[in-house]
Amino acid sequence: MSVPRFWRNLGSRYNLEGTHCKECGEYYYPPRDTCVNCRRLGKIEAYKFKGTGEVVTFTVIHTAAEGFEEQTPYALAIIKLDEGPCLTSQIVGDPEKVHIGLRVRSVFRKLGSDGERGMIYYGTKFIPDEA
Amino acid sequence: MRDVAIIGVKNTKYGELWDRSLRQLVVEAGIGAIEDAGVSGKDIDALYVGNMSGGRFIDQEHIGALIADYSGLSRNLHVPATRVEAACASGGLALRQAIMTVASGYGDIVIAAGAEKMTDVCSSEASTALAAAADREWEGMAGATFPGLYAMIARLHMHKYGTTSEQLAEVAVKNHSNGVHNPIAQYRNKITVEQVLSSIMVADPLHIFDCSPITDGASAVVLAPAEIAHKYTDTPIYIKATAQASDTIALHDRRDITTLDATVVAARRAYEMAKVGPKDIDLVEVHDCFTIAEICAIEDLGFAEKGKGGLVTAEGETAIGGRIPVNTSGGLKACGHPVGATGIKQAAEIVTQLRGEAGGRQVDGAEYGMTHNVGGSGATAAIHIFSRNR
Amino acid sequence: MTIGIVSYGAYVPRYRIKVEEIARLWGDDAEILKKGLMVLEKSVPALDEDAATIAVEAARSALARGAFDPSRIGAVYTGSESHPYAVKPTSTIVAQAVGATPDLTAADFEFACKAGTAAVQACMGLVSSGMVDLGLAIGADVSQGAPSDALEYTAAAGGVALVIGRNESELCAVIEDTYSFTTDTPDFWRREGQPYPEHGGRFTGEPGYFKHVTNAAKGLMKKLDTKPEDYDYAVFHQPNGKFPRNAAKMLGFSKEQIAPGLVVTKIGNTYSGSCMMGLAATLDQAKPGDRIFMTAFGSGAGSDSFSITVTDRIEEIRDKAPKVSELIRDPIYLDYGQYAKHKGKIRFA
Repeated sequence: MSVPRFWRNLGSRYNLEGTHCKECGEYYYPPRDTCVNCRRLGKIEAYKFKGTGEVVTFTVIHTAAEGFEEQTPYALAIIKLDEGPCLTSQIVGDPEKVHIGLRVRSVFRKLGSDGERGMIYYGTKFIPDEA
Repeated sequence: MRDVAIIGVKNTKYGELWDRSLRQLVVEAGIGAIEDAGVSGKDIDALYVGNMSGGRFIDQEHIGALIADYSGLSRNLHVPATRVEAACASGGLALRQAIMTVASGYGDIVIAAGAEKMTDVCSSEASTALAAAADREWEGMAGATFPGLYAMIARLHMHKYGTTSEQLAEVAVKNHSNGVHNPIAQYRNKITVEQVLSSIMVADPLHIFDCSPITDGASAVVLAPAEIAHKYTDTPIYIKATAQASDTIALHDRRDITTLDATVVAARRAYEMAKVGPKDIDLVEVHDCFTIAEICAIEDLGFAEKGKGGLVTAEGETAIGGRIPVNTSGGLKACGHPVGATGIKQAAEIVTQLRGEAGGRQVDGAEYGMTHNVGGSGATAAIHIFSRNR
Repeated sequence: MTIGIVSYGAYVPRYRIKVEEIARLWGDDAEILKKGLMVLEKSVPALDEDAATIAVEAARSALARGAFDPSRIGAVYTGSESHPYAVKPTSTIVAQAVGATPDLTAADFEFACKAGTAAVQACMGLVSSGMVDLGLAIGADVSQGAPSDALEYTAAAGGVALVIGRNESELCAVIEDTYSFTTDTPDFWRREGQPYPEHGGRFTGEPGYFKHVTNAAKGLMKKLDTKPEDYDYAVFHQPNGKFPRNAAKMLGFSKEQIAPGLVVTKIGNTYSGSCMMGLAATLDQAKPGDRIFMTAFGSGAGSDSFSITVTDRIEEIRDKAPKVSELIRDPIYLDYGQYAKHKGKIRFA
């Protein structure tokens, strides 16, 4: 991914910055500028998610996407944040420990890098929330 | 609007075609379909081609122009050619564009083609290209792969409905069994449930035999207004419905992860347009890019109760000779999945079946057939209903 | 003016490799090594962790513990000898990830194992001068030890963040003073572009570590007119278990004073995080009024000494973030092959 394209969403990737529609109350992560329900009548504001949620479904990837080869096997999940929206993220740690309904919290990790010379992509992953 | 018929079809061989280029494949399919229809190049009013990722697979965009050129439709005839892209539903949407062109009267003889050349890049590059059909920024960046996304659908389907890995495997077993009788199919060998379950794990719970392969191939159909179709063929096959629906690009934003709402809505629109219901359909080509996708598809199209797709498959209801034969071509799994071509191949299969020309895989007495073509993890669905009778 | 620690946060990756496992590969005697180094195992980063992610996790932990508005942070300095970029600051990543941008200054520090405490001193200066409200000083490393080198048994991963401020009511510990002792002593280095550091073997001991640690410690106690007995706890840079024990003994500190901060045995040498990790572990259990003496050491070479007094506020904030003891329990052990993969010692091209 190109540098400006990644940088543009740095706040969302680092800090789970999303949006919230004041009109209908729905929260969006990844952020949306247009409310799915209210469309042009929506009142979108910035919202920073708490970073806690639970696993809706997951898989353990054995054949990785390009750039993720050395991480296999890794758990990839759809996580429902406590505020409502769902996102796709890796669950770090032992894939065997992941199950539907697992409580998770966000952590700061490397998402990947553009080879050895290019930029390092940092962002949010999730970890079992044992607290 | 005018009624539309298909008067000619042609598929190339599907498989790893090391010695064939995209332009060679699509010319073979296009000329084959024209010959099947008995039309001349001079009769062609427009060409649509479904192609997902020429840019990534062969570093070539402007696919419409390329194909028109190498089909001999450019320098002298200047036939308008348009590439249509909706990831793996590109073919289905190309067909829909062609249908709308004929129905509207903008053209009479129109070609809908689909083509993909996937083996000129290594498999990891191909996977990355395919992953672009998902949300690159919010799924791909997290390490999602296409098998991974469908594996998450499968996991939740299993959790909610008790679907088993064995039931998933039954989809692959049935489709390989159908592929045996399809001369163009990439795989023409039978496989067993045990073979599927012991194959390498790609994205838990999906094994490699739960996944459609990487395939080169092209398909084309020729469309004409229904009122003149008999001029060209004794067995025109009529388009009874063309429908399309969209859903969120990312799987995580769906209303229900185990239901493809785009399929549900497109199917509803198609049934209304054709004035038929699931019970009237004699056979269907569904988008089985992964075994779980066929299970969801037969549920979302109304051929099985939600959650029972695995069960009815295991009970043989979707086999040839069963209640509703699914993927007589071998489906994406056994026939192969050159992504842009698949939607056209599905239509060609239904036409072949409704003409009664499907040989060892023929569904006897079929009157209504359906195709179901999906883009991405369900962000686009294109559904067509075909009939022998106008 | 009173300067001190508003909050602190630590982070240690979950993975470990035991001395036995490294010794098994190279045919070394693990028992002799464990006795000599007084280290049993060391922390290893996950595949997706580096000095920047560790710095962020430590800083976020400090923010959670201190519960203050991150926009008050006017300076972020991250000390490390394993910054992920040779050019491009780790500190901007941290500043963005803790929500402190854009109204601040930031830079990266490098001074072998004392880059973190150098960052603390810089923040103290900015805070006391009134240039910034709060300063965030971090020491974080995923340190490198060449295969089969003695350093491979101890070079570990971890980080600690300290938030430095001057508002007396929000300090959990007051830093009474600091003193540094610095000379040009080439006991350990890593050249530009080289993957692993070089060191002077036994030369790193007497003319390196011990000379600088003892001189800095003595210098600060002389400046403050204090003695080892005036302190409840002492923390010394811990490249292994032996050096800080010997330094304590040479200076007249007891085993009991250094015990709480001696975390090297279970996690190895976290380099820029090392001494600060000992401080964090000590703050985890110190009582209001306790005094802590800390001396960091960085090869090259220099030592920073600090005299710290814990305040009542420690009781309020201590449990709001994970303690070092909580961070280091429940490890996942790696074999050497997995460790080599985690540390990028396997080259793909």
